[in-house]
Amino acid sequence: MNHRKREALTGYLFISPWIIGFLVFTAGAMVYSLVISFTHYSLATGQATPAGLTNYAELFKDPKVALSLGNTLFYAVMAVPAEIIVALGLALVLDRLSRGTAFFRTVYYLPKMTPAVATASVFFLLLNGNTGAVNKFLEAFGIRGPQWLVDPAWIKPSIVLMTLWTVGGTMVIFLAALKNVGAELYEVAAIDGAGPIRKFVSITLPMISGAMFFNVIVLSIAAFQVFDQAYVLFWRDQTNSAPDSSLFYAIYLFQQAFRQFDFGFAAAMAWLLFLIILVITLIQTKVGNRFVYYEGRR
Amino acid sequence: MALTQQTIGASAPARAEAAVMVAPRPRRRLWRPQTFLGRFILGVIALAITLLFLYPFAWLIAASLKPRGEVFDNRLIPQTLQPQNYVEVWNQLPLLSWLFNSVSIALLAATAVAVSSSIVAFGFARFQFPGRQVLFGLVLATMMLPGAVTMIPIYLIWKELGMLGTWVPLWGMNLFGSAFYIFLQRQFFLGLPSELFDAAKLDGAGAWTQFWRIAMPLSIPSFIIVFLFEFQASWNNLQAALIYLNAGSPSDFTAPLGIAYAMTKYSPTAGGHGDYQYVMVAALLVTLPMLILFAFGQRYFVQGIATTGTKG
Repeated sequence: MNHRKREALTGYLFISPWIIGFLVFTAGAMVYSLVISFTHYSLATGQATPAGLTNYAELFKDPKVALSLGNTLFYAVMAVPAEIIVALGLALVLDRLSRGTAFFRTVYYLPKMTPAVATASVFFLLLNGNTGAVNKFLEAFGIRGPQWLVDPAWIKPSIVLMTLWTVGGTMVIFLAALKNVGAELYEVAAIDGAGPIRKFVSITLPMISGAMFFNVIVLSIAAFQVFDQAYVLFWRDQTNSAPDSSLFYAIYLFQQAFRQFDFGFAAAMAWLLFLIILVITLIQTKVGNRFVYYEGRR
Repeated sequence: MALTQQTIGASAPARAEAAVMVAPRPRRRLWRPQTFLGRFILGVIALAITLLFLYPFAWLIAASLKPRGEVFDNRLIPQTLQPQNYVEVWNQLPLLSWLFNSVSIALLAATAVAVSSSIVAFGFARFQFPGRQVLFGLVLATMMLPGAVTMIPIYLIWKELGMLGTWVPLWGMNLFGSAFYIFLQRQFFLGLPSELFDAAKLDGAGAWTQFWRIAMPLSIPSFIIVFLFEFQASWNNLQAALIYLNAGSPSDFTAPLGIAYAMTKYSPTAGGHGDYQYVMVAALLVTLPMLILFAFGQRYFVQGIATTGTKG
């Protein structure tokens, strides 16, 4: 065996765990999932009877699919911009501090270490409409807070609020980007007499557009799969009904798969989700390519 | 900064996060407030945010020390101090089992994924083979796939293997590497000087020796980053626990599943008495390991990069 062949073989050997995992748990599972989506699968017998397009047709007939999709989209439209603004705001504060940066960065990041389930259980109490700390705080300013987790209109904002508490990861990515913005740019701008807002819009934003783009995509994908908080707050107890406006797509999919064991339908739902995420990411990439500034690229 | 960039540059989230965690104090920047008033206002803002961000923690700790009737009184210093909650909770909930299960699974998951991803990453970084670019593109592409698509087939695979109700489905797949971590480790390996491996080759070191004896020891900082990230991801994983462990007895639950269970157990709508102080104790004890991990990890990042940086 010559040297080159030997090296190739070694390379394949090293990556073989991934290849096996990919063939079984990704490629194989995708094919399997696609097949299941065209069948009625019975878990009891392990038998799949062909169902043609019924499961996909059901996606359009079942009003809860549209409902949960609408809820999720509405949540994403609210959550992603809110997270971006708050994370960027925090990063800007940290970037400008002259002392104590390490301390504040640690504190702002800390909630990110809290398991989503624990966060949900604490905010469940903090957001109590009558006695919760959030409303008591608002009361101090003469504002009567809403029934956060009860009033259907306020359920999604409540979850956004929880997400904002754990925005530390996004903040840190912005902070890294801000640190890479050259001071000379600001110097030149200052000589040209640019004010702080002008500097932010004309220098900071373009220079961190790569991080912005990355964050928007990652947060959007995450928003479309929001599950933990909604599950713990509303859907953990199967004996109680939860408000319609808390039914997120991932929750409904999970219920169909592992409460109803309607695998065919759930698989079809999963493929629809994949398609939606794919389209949204493609659109974001298209838009992003126009605005994102990469250093060293014309 | 050059040092941090070489080991863990920017662009991927973990690398960006880690880079900032260890970034040396940056030099004075022009856009920082110049006047005392400006600095003062900025400091007040930073402090206000701190209070806002720490408040839920303070509230949680306070509530965990209160009797049932006072949980909702929003006092940060409990009127009636009831530290017995911390004793009673062990009788109320199988908390020790949850913590044990979660720690075990997270250790298995993090170790498995960090080792396997390193092996795969080394293959991509150091060897030439046909299809390398395409395969690596495929690795990255798998990050786009929502877990929901493969959730059901994977469940059926574990069911077929008789693994339902065991820990295996919660970490077994980690033996095959994971896209993001492979990417991370590959970046690190690419940054190592190839003379290092050429010299070892001359000394008769085989591929595995090069990996295990040279690449791995040098990659400890990024290995630890992978380990910590996966440990946290596993610790927080509610959905997999719901799918694979929910049918068992509560003592088989993981920590997140346990908290969800406790929420229902004490919920007045489900026949409980609203003993949320126990939920708060449990939530605190489930969060604590993550906070410890963070304290430990932050320091370790710095140490690890300092030691390898001087050699690289």
